[in-house]
Amino acid sequence: MASLIRMDRTGHTTLAEWSAEDDAAFEVAVREFADQQALGYIGTVPDGPGKATHVRELPRDANMVILRRPIAGG
Amino acid sequence: MPGAQPGYLALPELASVPWRQPTDARWLRRWGRIWHAWTLLYTVPFIAAAAGMMWLEPLAAPVALAALAHAWIIPELYAFRGASVVRPKARGAQPGEEVAQGLLGDLLGHAERDLQRDTGLALERGSLGVWLVGQGGALLVTPGRGRVHCFCVAATDDELPPSDRIAHLLLALREDEEGFATVANHAFAGAAWRVRRRLPGVMRPGLDAARRAAE
Repeated sequence: MASLIRMDRTGHTTLAEWSAEDDAAFEVAVREFADQQALGYIGTVPDGPGKATHVRELPRDANMVILRRPIAGG
Repeated sequence: MPGAQPGYLALPELASVPWRQPTDARWLRRWGRIWHAWTLLYTVPFIAAAAGMMWLEPLAAPVALAALAHAWIIPELYAFRGASVVRPKARGAQPGEEVAQGLLGDLLGHAERDLQRDTGLALERGSLGVWLVGQGGALLVTPGRGRVHCFCVAATDDELPPSDRIAHLLLALREDEEGFATVANHAFAGAAWRVRRRLPGVMRPGLDAARRAAE
């Protein structure tokens, strides 16, 4: 089961879960992902040790997609 | 440039700093040299003045000592500013911290997880060197001479628990290391021993581990 997670003040919130075979659940996750992007969140797929990929569309085959806030120099 | 790879997406935050040169290894070497020269520029005159005063008039020893103190204190202040980028921004129990710590732990390897829980710094090996990521900034230990570059950078959400702040920076760093360093503000570059002295005691083993990893 793949999950769409948003890092927020609660630690993190699971916004959606889907499996590769469940089109309806994936569509819900896609809409949620788009809504969060509209709020300024950035999609990231952790690819194992030392690697992560910025995504603009929800990848169906990812295990986990994390939504994060932008970073900025302080 | 990694941007040439198919499917690669640069750090989106780069769009907010289009005027900046990419912070690559060459940029780091150049700024390391500039900081080194700058340190010499503001310490050597004080040392020379102290020596000159003692040579001309030994009774001027107190003034000479004051000049030497300036030569010592000014680099320490710069190092303090550099080390401050990783000082904890939030203290005490934070709502959501336990949950955030779990997610951050999942992103780290076993040794790095233990180090982060002990020191508050997440160690990450990159192509530019070894990073130590804190809540509001990161230290980069470059290979070879072990110079430390201090970067001030943070997630743009003040309500995040501490571990989520670190996770934000860690993920951005993993997405695009040079982009991460470019977005961050470079605060200081100098000898590791100088930065180490200005770190909170609990964080010093983190820098020691990064120096070993960078050798």
